[in-house]
Formats: sequence, structure tokens, C-alpha cells
Amino acid sequence: MPLLVRLLVQRIALGLLLLFLVSILIFAGTIILPGDVAQSILGQSATPEALANLRRELGLNDPPVTRYFHWLGGVLQGDLGTALTSGQDIATAIGKRLGNTLFLAFWAALISVPLAILLGLIAVRYRERWPDKVISAVTLASISVPEFLIAYVAIFFFSVRLRWAPSVTTINDSMTLGEKLHTISIPVAVLTVVVLAHMMRMTRAAILNVMQSAYIETAELKGMRMFNIIWKHAFPNSVAPIVNVVMLNMAYLVVGVVVIEVVFTYPGMGQYLVDHVSKRDIPVVQACGLIFAAVYIGLNMIADIVSIISNPRLRHPK
Amino acid sequence: MSDKLLKVKDLKIGATVYPPGEKPHDIEIVHGVSFEVEKGKVLGLIGESGAGKSTIGLSAMAYGRGGVKITGGEVWVNGRDILKSNLGDIRALRGGEVTYVSQSAAASFNPAKQIMDQVTEASILQGKFSKKEAEARAVELFRKLGLPDPENIGNRYPHQVSGGQLQRCMTALALCPEPDLVVFDEPTTALDVTTQIDVLMAIKEAIRDTGVAALYITHDLAVVAQVSDDILVLKMGDMVEYGSVDQIINNPQEEYTQALVSVRSINHEEKEPTSEPVLRVQNVTARYKGTNFDVLKNINVELHPGQTLAVVGESGSGKSTLARVITGLLPPSQGRIHFAGRDLSADLAGRSSEDLRELQMIYQMADTAMNPRQTVGTIIGRPLELYFGLKGEEKRKRIIELLDEIEMGVEFIDRYPAELSGGQKQRVCIARALAAKPKLIICDEVTSALDPLVADGILKLLLELQKIEDVAFLFITHDLATVKAIADSIAVMFQGEVVRYGGKTDVLSPPFDDYTDLLLSSVPEMKLGWLEEVIANRKMESAGN
Amino acid sequence: MRIPIAALIGLIFTFAYFFVAIFAPWIAPYGMAEVVSRDVWLPPSSEFLLGTDNLGRDLLSRMIYGGRTTIFIATAATILSFTTGSVLGFLAAVLGGWADQAMSRFVDLIMSIPSLIFALVVLSVTPVTIPILILVMGFLDSTRVFRLARAVAVDINVMDYVEAAKLRGEGRAWIIFREILPNALSPLVAEMGLRFIFMVLFVSTLSFLGLGVQPPEADWGGIVKENADGIVYGIGAALYPAVAIATLAISVNLVADWVLNRTTSLKGGRG
Repeated sequence: MPLLVRLLVQRIALGLLLLFLVSILIFAGTIILPGDVAQSILGQSATPEALANLRRELGLNDPPVTRYFHWLGGVLQGDLGTALTSGQDIATAIGKRLGNTLFLAFWAALISVPLAILLGLIAVRYRERWPDKVISAVTLASISVPEFLIAYVAIFFFSVRLRWAPSVTTINDSMTLGEKLHTISIPVAVLTVVVLAHMMRMTRAAILNVMQSAYIETAELKGMRMFNIIWKHAFPNSVAPIVNVVMLNMAYLVVGVVVIEVVFTYPGMGQYLVDHVSKRDIPVVQACGLIFAAVYIGLNMIADIVSIISNPRLRHPK
Repeated sequence: MSDKLLKVKDLKIGATVYPPGEKPHDIEIVHGVSFEVEKGKVLGLIGESGAGKSTIGLSAMAYGRGGVKITGGEVWVNGRDILKSNLGDIRALRGGEVTYVSQSAAASFNPAKQIMDQVTEASILQGKFSKKEAEARAVELFRKLGLPDPENIGNRYPHQVSGGQLQRCMTALALCPEPDLVVFDEPTTALDVTTQIDVLMAIKEAIRDTGVAALYITHDLAVVAQVSDDILVLKMGDMVEYGSVDQIINNPQEEYTQALVSVRSINHEEKEPTSEPVLRVQNVTARYKGTNFDVLKNINVELHPGQTLAVVGESGSGKSTLARVITGLLPPSQGRIHFAGRDLSADLAGRSSEDLRELQMIYQMADTAMNPRQTVGTIIGRPLELYFGLKGEEKRKRIIELLDEIEMGVEFIDRYPAELSGGQKQRVCIARALAAKPKLIICDEVTSALDPLVADGILKLLLELQKIEDVAFLFITHDLATVKAIADSIAVMFQGEVVRYGGKTDVLSPPFDDYTDLLLSSVPEMKLGWLEEVIANRKMESAGN
Repeated sequence: MRIPIAALIGLIFTFAYFFVAIFAPWIAPYGMAEVVSRDVWLPPSSEFLLGTDNLGRDLLSRMIYGGRTTIFIATAATILSFTTGSVLGFLAAVLGGWADQAMSRFVDLIMSIPSLIFALVVLSVTPVTIPILILVMGFLDSTRVFRLARAVAVDINVMDYVEAAKLRGEGRAWIIFREILPNALSPLVAEMGLRFIFMVLFVSTLSFLGLGVQPPEADWGGIVKENADGIVYGIGAALYPAVAIATLAISVNLVADWVLNRTTSLKGGRG
């Protein structure tokens, strides 16, 4: 098997292994911790009967390993269990919300990725000059404030003062795409700002790293124009690091989305998760945690795969 | 301007420096240099590090690396002052009239693009040739430069060819647009010595056949003597001497030039083996963990007290591995190390404090061999503390004695390594080794990272100290000139084996085996016409091809 | 020693925040949960410098006590994450072999789940108290410190001067404390600042989600949550923590930058 293929297979296998281990970790995280789960769900005042009922319902009387494989078997077949609080099927509830979350994340990514790369390039082009300094100052400021506060500042000005868009962003199927986009415009803008700062900083570092290579000097000494140098020599070598940056930040977006959905009471996965953490609805928390982790691991895997594929030493072995 | 291709007048170059704790400020690094190059001639720019030679070379392309700026003077190329040209004209100049060959072709080629694309890029971009013409010319240059499979080598990626080959590809890249002038910036410095002369010969022939003029930048006077018509000697941004190659080599006027010419002429008489050897390496075979081949194959050498055994070979010969085996960092799979009348444990952990004290080591890079957070006093004082329990005033007195032995004053005691020059750093490392009062010091390429004159000083110091302290040296090096200067006996290593071993005179006298012949003949000599002579008399292809 | 102006501003603000946090009960004009007015969300006045909150408590006092809680939790979690992470990181680097492998792979696993998600999963079953918050945050974040400390120590461990020390016969303690630690200190100190900021943001986010500091205890994230409803009426009480967190984070950032720059250039050695 060629080295390249072997590395790719290895990386994908590693991703699957990681996912498997994470499922154990998430499961273990909710059972091995100190204290009685049923007790902490129902509180100190719970009656012994209620506790016993809940234990039975949760399968707490079975050994943990049995419970884990039972749970995993269900997950693999698309059965995520039922919510303790509402008795609803979790898979059905998540399906709809996952779509909404992806809708939000998609638009945030669509705006932030090209913008971050463009601004990163500008920062490199005008390094140590004012555009670079302005960009890095704004970046520093925006990574120093938590997402939810940026969101409230945005609501305060754009929704309350200027009345551009609503602050509560409920969307449903009867809305047209335009209506939906208008509704989610503030959360998308906030997510964009949050992700943009990190992505821009890392893009700048990645391109700068390539621009300092000796082969860029060679190109300069061939009398090439800056645009040609960037396009023909820097770009092919920057693809892998930039894709890496983008994927890392998409993973960051996954977390950002949780908080933003709560702020805007947006009917997505994040709000669903947070809601059920406070209600101590463990099956829901496990299911959501696993899905978020899977997305995160998947994005990291894509980043690694791109950098393996774009490595000329692996693509053209000796 | 007739046949003056390049004319540099009173060139001044400045750079911005960022000293810690001070405001960044500009300093002048080249102070008014003037020279000329005629069509088809080669001018050698020679000097030690910091002489400003690369900076001057790049000014012929109106280029300043990093924060370097040309602050004064004139640079005329083909009858126009390029410092007054606009950016468009400078671009045309760089891709067409003047081209550049760097020291590290490996870094200077874009790893993501095929060699052919990069070699022909400038010619096509400048509209000098069509793609087809440029490729035909590149193939012709590949052939002329002695590259294997010239028709197809261009389709490879940079990592798919060897270092010596890539350096030739870089020369092809520079020659492809039919330039008037090529700036060669230390093009053979990073190569092994036997590969170096092949590349050197290829460059020389290419220059001759294409009639191109060149600026040849190097720190090695013997190398530049082989390819140049004229030589300009530089020191700290000043011109020292400027003349024909014959005059500079055979009749240098300035003291500094004389020193450069006479470098490597230390005369060391071979000492006879005394009684018992202090070190005996017996049947040593070794391999690194996780590999399946032996890097050392059945090595047998001896070293007598107060003498020097030089272990010489090219990269990959196993010479540094031998040092790791002797120090106990890499336990051998077979064989034993007999030292000062006893067998040493194969493993470092099994050695006594006395074993460790009597066997010291000096490294190639003094920079990384000293903890940057410790002062010279701490560095030299630690072995005194550890092995002899010296403290306070007693320790300080001994440190000062040791500083005196390495010809450095007491004022260095509180300095940090970063405040020392390269030569001073290596001296401190020598003092640290001597502080242990060892019987044997392993010197691993200790002069390779230093400028020739500084290296010469270190070698002289080591010889002097050997006389006083009666310490034996195991001297690992790739440089035969160093070997001649310092060794009593020599072991020549090639692909993990000792191919020739004995007293210095014997090893360096014919008849030679093929590898020793190749190695010996590859060391550049300060003699005109040496290169052609060697190439004509060679028996074996160099390893780098 | 000259301190650049940016670092000086950062230092002054950082000290000011810690000073206020430590002496909160003496500085705050009113009690932490003391209801001082029947009117909620009063605008700033000479009596209530930042106005009142959603329950008619003095907002300035809430902010001061809230800062105390937030800074205390962040500091404790940083110390926990730092000691655990750096000790284990150094150990992994020096020991190498299977011990290093085991620790590094475990850290990879923990880091393959976003910290916030992991924290939410754990907090869904544990009681939400300040010690547990500190433990969870400190543990999750120690993985990042571990990676940095290990990487720095591995870099230093292959230096010739460490090999020279081993050849000289120095013990493991000398190698860790005299050869590696002095050279690893400045990147770790700078990282400590960044970890602290991250902890402030982390605990604020958890409190905002209702899974951090529990009322009536004040903290910056909680203040946002409590007063968020006011936003739609154009009342900015929820935004004060934004200013507090941002100035603290930027100040610490400026100090960390300075520490890193100063120590890398001073002795010419690696940072």
C-alpha cells in the first residue's frame, strides 16, 4: 500500500477509535462520578420509592458495562433513547434541532471563512503597518470577551436601539429562506465575529510562516510580482495550514453555537443540551455530548487528512 | 561603460537591529565597497561571517534581505544604475540579467512544485523564451551540469533528488534565462566534501561554457581560488584587499589576507604510540533502536595517552555514533570499550562518577552545549563542585585558572553564553571539559561551525592544552585539513566501517584505498588549477551522486 | 529595567482588579445580596453609581463581589490546572517511553471533546458548587498546560547541554530543576496569563448558562444572566460585566506578552 493511502487509512481509523473512546468517556462521565445520580436528579427531598423507580428506569441496577453496550448498541442503530423529563424520543427531537444548528453554523462559516482568509492576507501584506495593527488590536479585544456578552452588546445596539433584526430568533418551516436569514442575522453576525478573530490570527501566522521560506525569496529574485509569488508559490504551500486553521475554528464554532443559541433562544442542539443539563436529563445530555464530540472529531480529522494529502513528500514519494 | 558588466561604487548598506532592552536602531554593515566585474569574468567575494559578503552580492540585484537597506553608493549593471531604477525594471533585471544561487537549494526550491517548472519559470515569465524553448534549454543545462537522466529529472519534486543534485538544479535555474551575471552565494558550503568538488566543477564548466559572469561568495579561500579570476577580501563590511586570484593567493599584501591564506597550515608532528592505550574500542557493532541495520560495524581503534585519534568521514559514516557508543549514550550490540585500564559499562547508567569524570565531551554547536541561563562561572564551576567538591573562593580561583588556560579573562566569569562570540563559547566548553581533569576528551566537530581563523585558534589552543594537561583527544571531523593539523593517528570511516586506520603519516601516504583517495583528493587546496587536476585523476565516484 | 507603556497599563489594571477582589467587603458600598431599592434597574445615580439590578440590589456592589467570585474561581482553577499540567508534562518529557505515551494519549482523548461540552456533561450529574467548578475547570484545562509543558521540556531535553549534564553524571533533580526549568519558565508564565483569561471566560460562560456560580452569590456571568431581560427594554445593566471582563483579559494579555518578549530576548536563549 502506498505510504499516502496507509497514512489516510490510519488517520481515519484513529478518528473512529477516538470516537469510540469518547463515547466511553461520555458515558463514564455520567455514571462514575461521586454521588448517586438518581439522588442528584431528584434532589435531597426525593422519596425512596421515587429513587428506586428512577434507578430502574435508568437501568442503574445493571452493571455499568452492560448499560454502556446497551446504550452504544442503540446509538449505532439511531436509537438515542427517550428523554427522562418529557418522555420524547431523543433522536426525533435532535433531528430537527441539529438541522437548525447546522443552518446557523453554515451561514456563520460561509461569511467568516472567506473574510478571515482575506483579512489574514491583508494583515500579512501590510505587516507591521496600520492595517495589520488595527486587525490585531480588534482581534485581541474580541477574544477577550465571552461570546454571550458580544451577543448582548449586539442585541442592545442592533436589535433594541436600531431595530434591524429580532433578538429572539425562533425559526420554523413556514418561513421563507429570506425571512429565516433575516431572523438569524444577529446570531450569525456574532458567531462570525467570535470565530473571525481566532481564524484571522491563525491564518496570518500560517501565511507569514510560508512567506518567510527561502523559496519565496527565490521567487522574489526571479523578478516575480507579489501577486504571482503569493498565488503560485505561497498559496500551494499554505493550503494545508489554512485548511487546518479553518477546521480548528469550525470546531470552535461548534462550542460557540451552544452559548449563542441560549442567548437568542434559538431552537437548536445547543439550547436543547443546556436546557437538559439543568434538568439533569442524562440520556439527552449523553446524546448531545456525543454528537458535538463527533462533529469536533470529524472536523479535526478532515484537517489532518487535508494536510496529509497536500504534503508533496507523501504525494510524490521517492 | 564598454565591457564593464557590473560596477559597484562606494556601496553602503544599513540594517535595523533590535538589541534587547534598547530601542531598535539602524547601523551600517557595509562601509563603502567598490568593485567591477567584466563580461564573462568571475569575482570571488571572500570573508568570515559578518563580513557582509552575501549582502553585497544581493545588492547586485537591488535586493536587501530582512531589514537590510542599501543606504548609499551606486550599482551599475549593463550601463544603468539599478538603485535608481523603478520596480518594474528591477523585476526584469532579477529574472533576466542577474540571477541567484543560494547556499541551501533544499530550502530555496518550492517543495510543492516540480523542478522543471521552477527552473523555467523566470525565463517564461520575463518573455525571454517560450515554454518549449525554456524546457529544451533546461534539459541542456541539466546535461551540462552532469545531472543523471537530464531528460526527466525536471519532472521530479525537490525532495526526490539528492542535495548535490539539487544544488546543480539551482545552478540550472540561475542559468536558464541566459543571464549576464550569476550571484553564487556559498553554493557548495552545505555539501559533503566529496560532493562539493563535483558541484564546483559543474559550476565552473557551466560558467566557462555559457560565458556568464559571476560573483562567487564563500568563506573558503581555497574554493574561491578554483573558480575566480579576481578576489575581493572583506572583513566586517570593509574592503581589505582586491586583486587577481594569483596575486591574492600567492602574494597577499594585507596581514588579514595572509592569515586567511596561511590558515590550516598548523604543523603537528605525529607522536609515537606510548605504553598502554587509554582507550581501546574492541569489535564494536551498534544500531539505533527500531532500525534494522548496523550504523557501526565491528570497529577496532586505540588511542594512547596524551595523543589525538582523528575519526574522519562524511555525513552518515557513523563517526558521531562512535562517540555516542564510547560515552555510553548508545550501548553497542556487540564489543566492548576498554578505558584507562578497565572495561566501561556499555550503558551510561552503569558508569561510576570516576568513569564520567575521566571521559569528557565537547560539542560541535557551543551554542546549544551551554545552558543559556547559566553564567560562564556556573558552567565551568559545576564539574569542580560535582567531582572535586570545590566551593567558594577555592572554586573561584580554579575557574579563573581555567579561564586563563583558554586565554579568557576573569571578567567573563559572570557573563552569559549569549554575550560571547562563537570562538569564546567553544573555549568555555573546552574549559568545562578540562575542569574535570579528564584522561580523554571526545571532540565532536568542534571547529566545524566556526570561521577558519577562529577554528585555527581553537585547534592551536587544543594542541597547547594537550601538552600541558597530557589529555588524549578523540577528534571527530569531516575536515581533512583539521585532521592533518591535529592528529597522531587517524581512522577513516565510510558507511559504518573503519576503512583505513593507523599513524597519521601512514594513513596519509600512498598507496590509498579508493575511498581515502577520494576523500583526500577532495579537500580544496590553496593552489590554482587544483580542481582540474583532481577531477582528472579520480578513481571513484563521490558518494553524493 | 524599562517596562513598556502597554505592559505597565496592563500591570496596573491587573493589580487593581486583584486588589478590589481581595478587599471587596471594604470597598463595596452595599452588601452583596442586599436589596437597597424597591425600584429595579434604576439608572446610575450618586447613590447607586451603576444603578440597581433586576432585584433592586446595588449593581456596583454586585460587580465588586462578582469580580471577587469570578477572579477567585479563575485563580484557583488556574493554579490547579497549572500545577497538575506542568508537573505531569515535565515528567512525561523526562521519563519518555510508555509513561509519556500513556499520559499523552489520555490527554489527546480528553482534548478531542470541546471543554465546554465535557464540562456540561459532567455538571449534569454532579452538584454545581464552587469546589466542583474549580475541579472540573482545572482538570479539563490542565490538558492544555500538559501539552505545552511537555513540548517545551522535550525541546529542551534534546539540547546538548542537557546531554552534557547527563554525561557529567547529574541526577534527575538537577536536570529538571537546574537545566530544564529555568529555560521553560517564561513560556509557562506567559501561558499562565492566557489560561487565567480562559478560566475567567469559562466560569462566566458556565454561570451565564446557569451551571456555574449559583444565586444569590454574585459573579460576572451570573450578573449577565440576571439582567439579560433588561436588554430588550434598552437597559444596559447586563453589559457592565462585558467591560470588566474585557479590561481584565486585555490587561493580563498585555502583561503575558511582555513577560514572553522580555525573557526570550534577554539572554538570547530560547524562551
